[in-house]
Amino acid sequence: MARLTEENVRLAREIIGRYPKARSATIPLLHLAQEQDGYVTNDAMAHIGELVGATSAEVYGTASFYEMFKFEPVGKYLINICGTMSCALMGAEELMHHAESRLGIHMGGTTPDGLFTLEKAECQAACTEAPCLQVNYRYRFRVTSENFDTLIDQLQAGELNSEIPAHGTVAAVRQHIPADRGVGAVAPEDVTEGPAWLDGKAAL
Amino acid sequence: MTSNPGGTWPHAPGFIVGDRPKIVTSRFEYEDSYTLQRYLATDGYAGLRAALGRPATDVHDEVKNATVLGRGGAGFPAGNKWGLTPQGVWPRYLVVNGDESEPGTYKDRLLMERDPHQLIEGCLIACYAAGLSQCFLYIRGEMALAQERVATALNEAYAAGYVGKNILGSKFSVDIVLHWGAGAYVVGEETALIESLEGNRGMPRLKPPYFPAAIGLYGQPTIVNNVETLANLPWLLLNGAVAYTAIGTATSPGTRMVAVSGHVQRPGVYEIINGITTFRDLLYGEEFCQGIRNGNELKAFVPGGGSAPWFTPDQLDLPFEASQVGPAGSMLGSGAIMVMDSTTDIPRAALTLTRFYAHESCGKCTPCREGGTWLERILSRVVDGKGTDADLDQLMEVGESICPGAFPHASNEKLGIAAVPFPYRMNTICFVGPSAYAPVHSALTLFRDEFEARITKRVLIPVTAVS
Repeated sequence: MARLTEENVRLAREIIGRYPKARSATIPLLHLAQEQDGYVTNDAMAHIGELVGATSAEVYGTASFYEMFKFEPVGKYLINICGTMSCALMGAEELMHHAESRLGIHMGGTTPDGLFTLEKAECQAACTEAPCLQVNYRYRFRVTSENFDTLIDQLQAGELNSEIPAHGTVAAVRQHIPADRGVGAVAPEDVTEGPAWLDGKAAL
Repeated sequence: MTSNPGGTWPHAPGFIVGDRPKIVTSRFEYEDSYTLQRYLATDGYAGLRAALGRPATDVHDEVKNATVLGRGGAGFPAGNKWGLTPQGVWPRYLVVNGDESEPGTYKDRLLMERDPHQLIEGCLIACYAAGLSQCFLYIRGEMALAQERVATALNEAYAAGYVGKNILGSKFSVDIVLHWGAGAYVVGEETALIESLEGNRGMPRLKPPYFPAAIGLYGQPTIVNNVETLANLPWLLLNGAVAYTAIGTATSPGTRMVAVSGHVQRPGVYEIINGITTFRDLLYGEEFCQGIRNGNELKAFVPGGGSAPWFTPDQLDLPFEASQVGPAGSMLGSGAIMVMDSTTDIPRAALTLTRFYAHESCGKCTPCREGGTWLERILSRVVDGKGTDADLDQLMEVGESICPGAFPHASNEKLGIAAVPFPYRMNTICFVGPSAYAPVHSALTLFRDEFEARITKRVLIPVTAVS
């Protein structure tokens, strides 16, 4: 169980095909696996290794470096509250305390119903809208205790299902390069000449 | 929609428009600024067309003449960076650094979310000028909306013939591959970014070689440019280097995006004129932040992202000009100012930054891996009131093991200290380690009394007294 599905293998091959070397697709494929299962399973890592030409240990070595990859199930909604300087200056600690008491869990914990995981995050690049948080990497700005509660209510009632996919999906849109439009990736060792447009003349 | 000087746009939270030259934010006022339709209706891809109408070396010269400074942090001119690739070595790649995560910084996220086609056009111009045959656009993992907008824009651009084979029917062909990260600050360092793009742990590479332009992705010459840097190129190619350098100063031409956060009346991201705008303009100006919140006094500010040594009101009149900010003891970095008013608990504020860098250390260099953690732990206990007299000296000593010698700091008239100019020396490969020390050093140098007040004074009982 939890190897990539047939459809995802097709997607995986499409992604691999864009890179001069297959190993470069490791992180995109880990995202794909996490999208499929909500977290990255051992079987998926072995499968990714087969696809990109790496051992499962090498894939895990890469995966474990990055904070977004989870190796055991997390809540349907991963709530990351930023605690770096600008958010801290604007009340992030109070917000974290409130979030912990509202959800009845500590930072890093998951609610018993499996709906919410709470994490303390580092700078999320929304510093002027502090304090901020992300739910499955979708922003909420200038969060107060009150609108945190509203957010939780809405998530529990399923009102944000169309805006916020379950944990695992980051971007809901994928790049597709049409076969007739793409240049195609070439292994660097197979390229011996400079590009055609460097001939000293205008391209148009 | 018409001009709305000093206003905000509900569809672009955080961005505040101004009645100033707009090079990279000209389309932000449109709610549909991210669509191909809007882009084409507002001079979109005209800069690319102008570029392709000239030989590649001409385009490269135009960018060199404009002195487009890198907006990622180091401020190295893009045109010169492109020239560092070794002759006759192929292929060469472009890697776009959209892994924006420096504390306090966000402009690349807005540029990707609000105007993805502008970035794509910038990538194409860079590839054309520098002979780069494939482009990898690396977006920070946590930025779902930016990824979606860029993915949609790329799909549109491919279908319309702006990216891919024979662009605009010419002999210029290049693929742009959208790649996204998975959460690691250090990957913003260009060699770590390349490691990550190769499918590895995102750890910076040993230097030399100092520039990936010599040896980068797959060992090939690779140009790594910041999102904002590339977003400047369409305007530049359409309007020319003369128009570009007419804005700002000779050494800092054009505009730059700056995020001002923390204790100001109106925090926001502003496109400012480079070189001449001062910190005082930004923090107090009517068209910018309109002063400190609640009429409070300014205590200190971080001028260039979390890694930068701090300034106090003494430095308010410095302009956004690297040649002045460096000697004054800090850096402009990635265009991020974090403001602390008189109510700020300085040791605690410093801790939030040091904790960030300690957390984000990749673990490759011992001074950073161990030192960052030590700094965080010692500072934590000082903040919690459990520190000892020795702790403050210990903090400086640990910092010295990361950055030997005098660490840069600002001058302060009240304390009677002179500035130590930027940069510092370092015992690490990249800037994460020194960045963990910067807030500690600044806070301790400028506000030592606040730390001393936190130290629990304990009477030492000699061991012999126990008998």
